[in-house]
Amino acid sequence: MVIAIGFEGSANKIGIGIIRDGEVLANVRKTYITPPGSGFLPKETAEHHRNQVLGLIREALDVSKIYPNEIDVVCYTKGPGMAPPLLAVAIVARTIAQLWNKPILGVNHCIGHIEMGRLITGAQNPTVLYVSGGNTQVIAYSNKRYRIFGETIDIAIGNCLDRFARVIKISNDPSPGYNIEQLAKKGKKYYTLPYAVKGMDVSFSGILSEIGRKALPQKATKKRKLDQEDVNELPSHEDLCYSLQETIFAMLVEITERAMAHCGSNEVLIVGGVGCNERLQEMMGIMCEERGAKLFATDERFCIDNGIMIAHAGYEMFRTGTRMKWNDATITQRFRTDEVEINWEVGKV
Amino acid sequence: MTEIVLKQGAEAKLYIGNYNGTICLVKERFVKNYRLPELDKTLSKQRIKAEQKSAKRCKDCGIKAPKIFHADFKERKVYMEYFDKAITVKDYIIEIQKDEEQIKLICQRIGNVVGKMHENNIIHGDLTTSNMLIDKNENDYELIMIDFGLSSYSTSNEDKGVDLYVLERALISTHSNLPQLFDEIIVHYKESYQASDETIKRFEEVRARGRKRTMIG
Ligand SMILES: Nc1ncnc2c1ncn2[C@@H]1O[C@H](COP(=O)(O)OP(=O)(O)O)[C@@H](O)[C@H]1O
Ligand SMILES: [Mg+2]
Repeated sequence: MVIAIGFEGSANKIGIGIIRDGEVLANVRKTYITPPGSGFLPKETAEHHRNQVLGLIREALDVSKIYPNEIDVVCYTKGPGMAPPLLAVAIVARTIAQLWNKPILGVNHCIGHIEMGRLITGAQNPTVLYVSGGNTQVIAYSNKRYRIFGETIDIAIGNCLDRFARVIKISNDPSPGYNIEQLAKKGKKYYTLPYAVKGMDVSFSGILSEIGRKALPQKATKKRKLDQEDVNELPSHEDLCYSLQETIFAMLVEITERAMAHCGSNEVLIVGGVGCNERLQEMMGIMCEERGAKLFATDERFCIDNGIMIAHAGYEMFRTGTRMKWNDATITQRFRTDEVEINWEVGKV
Repeated sequence: MTEIVLKQGAEAKLYIGNYNGTICLVKERFVKNYRLPELDKTLSKQRIKAEQKSAKRCKDCGIKAPKIFHADFKERKVYMEYFDKAITVKDYIIEIQKDEEQIKLICQRIGNVVGKMHENNIIHGDLTTSNMLIDKNENDYELIMIDFGLSSYSTSNEDKGVDLYVLERALISTHSNLPQLFDEIIVHYKESYQASDETIKRFEEVRARGRKRTMIG
């Protein structure tokens, strides 16, 4: 039996989770929410995490009814992410591990998402679509690594959504993506946007500029003459959110399907914060149904950054023999999914 | 005549058909119900057009590609020349992977053809070894380029750089045991493309962007 505690704080969420051999004992989280029109900045985010972390540790221990001495390993997010919040949380994890006299393990955030998704859904060896604020990747396991088959060549999908939410100044509570999804549900008219798929890669920056121009044509006039369409009618936020989602999600489903055909896979797992979007799940579900494949997705507890996924990936590493020296218990902003050697079984055992 | 399905991919079904009495290959694009019908229609039309145009452009500048006999937008079908003895470069590379000389030769062919495409401002859009064929029965084979659905015409170094980036990543994921392929291809890419320096510089930028991205969340 292994009990692991996980600390996550690579972006604007701080989460702590406790897991015992795949059984979730606690999964608590706080989100740093900024006013409409603004994003979260590194320094302020780190400060938020520092203010929340001790209360969350107490809460996680209370909820799980676990005593520190029962814990076998302390896990934390090593990267990728924003340096100041990563560091703030890593320092706490290191201190706790020293105080409690436990080994420490730094975990790749993306591997955390994938392994938690597999645990919760029971997906065996899926093609993984990893979509979040900073990531857009299509991943499949082969020969001890999660390999990246497709990814964004510029900005991440979540970044595209967040930045558009700032353009039209909608609330960041609970998340910009959630509020775009709600507006999109009321959208009816589809505005054509660029559609940028290159092989198994995608690109969002052109779409972001184009939809920004459609939302605020007066801003674009200085650089570019207005189209007749812009003058006649200003698109509603609902229609814009709808058009944005329909376009970018279609691109994601397309590259996921291409990767599945490429790898001969018949399972899809969606992970990462954008993965809780119900329209994305619906579209992916239709694609899977049409090709006789199975879709696996999770809800916001596990999709959105959380501590339990770090605990679980750390547990897998720990039980298969990975150990970390104190000197290596650092953080890194860049840490690719395919850098990690996977020593546990993926796929049929 | 019963339909002989050759391949059923993510986007299209390919089968042997008949166009005005000649045996041909029919590529039929599926309706994708996950996306809005208007988006689906636009994309399918765009891709059929691209398939038609770029295959022709390639042929015009001396690159072997299937002759397109006819495009039927309503039925979403393209009728094209069928290379019945051809195999994909993907399968060919797997077959010859231990033969260094042959690997060098195929890299030369790939580099030369991709260079020539970029010289002529043809962006393939999905450069993988599944989208290149060779007819091995010929003594000195010529590369056949196919699958132009994502292709475009562009003079931009960014577009060409991204094209190379897609190729590099496809090689890494499909032929991970032969890490030398891409560099070897680039050597010969330069031979057939005058302004290759600029494009390669841009390609390196595109690649660096991927590595530098911090990936938050
Ligand atoms: N003109 C052709 N002659 C012979 N085989 C072909 C031809 N076009 C395609 N193929 C075969 O069919 C496969 C799929 O065709 P392709 O046009 O690449 O469609 P997809 O969009 O499904 O990838 C190719 O990899 C190749 O094996
Ligand atoms: Mg193809």
